[in-house]
Amino acid sequence: MFKVFACILTRDLTLALRRRTDVLTTLFFFVIVVSLFPLGVGSERALLKQLGPGVVWVAALLASMLALERLFAADYEDGTLEQLLLTGQPLSLLVLAKVIAHWLLTGLPLVLIAPLMAMQYHLDWGAVWIMLVSLAVGTPVLSLIGAIGAALTLGLRGGGILLSLLILPLYVPVLVYGSGAVAMAAIDLAAVVPYLQLLGAFLLVALVFAPLAAALALRIALE
Amino acid sequence: MNIKVNWFKYSAPSAFYPLAGRLIPWLTAAAALLVLIALYWGFFLTPERLGGTNPQKEYYRIIFIHVPAAWMSMWLYLVLAGWSAVGLVFNTRLSFMMARAVAPTGAVFTFIALWTGAFWGRPSWGTFWDWDPRLTSELILFFLYIGYIALHSAIDDTRRADRAAALLAIVGLVLVPVIFWSINCPDPNQCAALHQRSSLGRIEGNILFAMLAMTLGFWLYSFATAFARLRGIILTREADTAWVSELLGTGGAR
Repeated sequence: MFKVFACILTRDLTLALRRRTDVLTTLFFFVIVVSLFPLGVGSERALLKQLGPGVVWVAALLASMLALERLFAADYEDGTLEQLLLTGQPLSLLVLAKVIAHWLLTGLPLVLIAPLMAMQYHLDWGAVWIMLVSLAVGTPVLSLIGAIGAALTLGLRGGGILLSLLILPLYVPVLVYGSGAVAMAAIDLAAVVPYLQLLGAFLLVALVFAPLAAALALRIALE
Repeated sequence: MNIKVNWFKYSAPSAFYPLAGRLIPWLTAAAALLVLIALYWGFFLTPERLGGTNPQKEYYRIIFIHVPAAWMSMWLYLVLAGWSAVGLVFNTRLSFMMARAVAPTGAVFTFIALWTGAFWGRPSWGTFWDWDPRLTSELILFFLYIGYIALHSAIDDTRRADRAAALLAIVGLVLVPVIFWSINCPDPNQCAALHQRSSLGRIEGNILFAMLAMTLGFWLYSFATAFARLRGIILTREADTAWVSELLGTGGAR
């Protein structure tokens, strides 16, 4: 069982690394969106400091959502997904492997580059660290929830826009507590802990239930 | 005495179609009557101003539409998710149709709650909109309804559309406790909300009566519209069956 898990994980990673543009587009989308805001709202230091956490989080949300469309699409088109359904292995485990691979490729680079983005917004060091942690805990939740939406909209015309309509409302709690943690870090570093704990709780719940729901959605889509 | 009741008689679309047709006029009439009673009671038999720490004048009467609509918006989402779950578990066609028929009514009530809330907020808070947890979560509920309807209509294959949208409704259910607690926040200090907590127990009798009558009226209205929509859905989906062609062939509307 774990062999299959590792197999899917390495397969997805290898495939993506052979075609790096997909990974890099997501990353650069994130960087561009974050960099556009100061040009739009003005580059006042105090204003940027206040906007920073929210902007970085919303940009991360949009970037991870854009990448979601490709989570199952390639496998769906060439028939691999049907083979996965027929393997006799628990489908939710295979979905989890795919989601983890997807997060390593699109979420993790985002988390790592976020401190750089935070500096554009003149955030304090404490806040930068909290942003790193909150994104590291929060973006996997986004990938997990997003997998359900990606599976539901598999192969539909206009699937991308529909996906955002379905998934963005479900992202709201993560966004609120993720950017809340960073905003709180500017005021009191000790008050951040409950925010991060809640994000951690979201992650655990999503880890348990999202693969199950996504697996069910895949079965519905491929029936 | 051994009466055998067939609990599943009306789970067949062909059996439910005429039943819904017979019920709709009654439900509509009862809904209209209750709404009229509630409006009369709310306008003429209730005190002119609401006291307390934050005295409100005539405009508080929006409560008779606002609160029942907000209740119905949440309740109908539970109904939607409930029928979706029944459909996924027992694989019954009618439950999916029921869920699909309820969704637009739920979206309408959510919209009414938001809209009337804005009109109430303007005189009492000085703003149409505030990012208060309760308002925000009601807005998210509205997006959930829209997402359900959008996903359902984007998929051509009805079976897949039913099941995919049902799954989405159930996943969206995780947000309903959030919406509920944003209204009945356990500790008001933590919620930073403009919205006061619901305090049904302390409401003046006449106001409560008008609100409950309106809620019941809205409820019956939801039944009526959902059934009317359901009849349309049944006819569209069962268009190839013998009973529908017979029904349409004889020209009977019922």
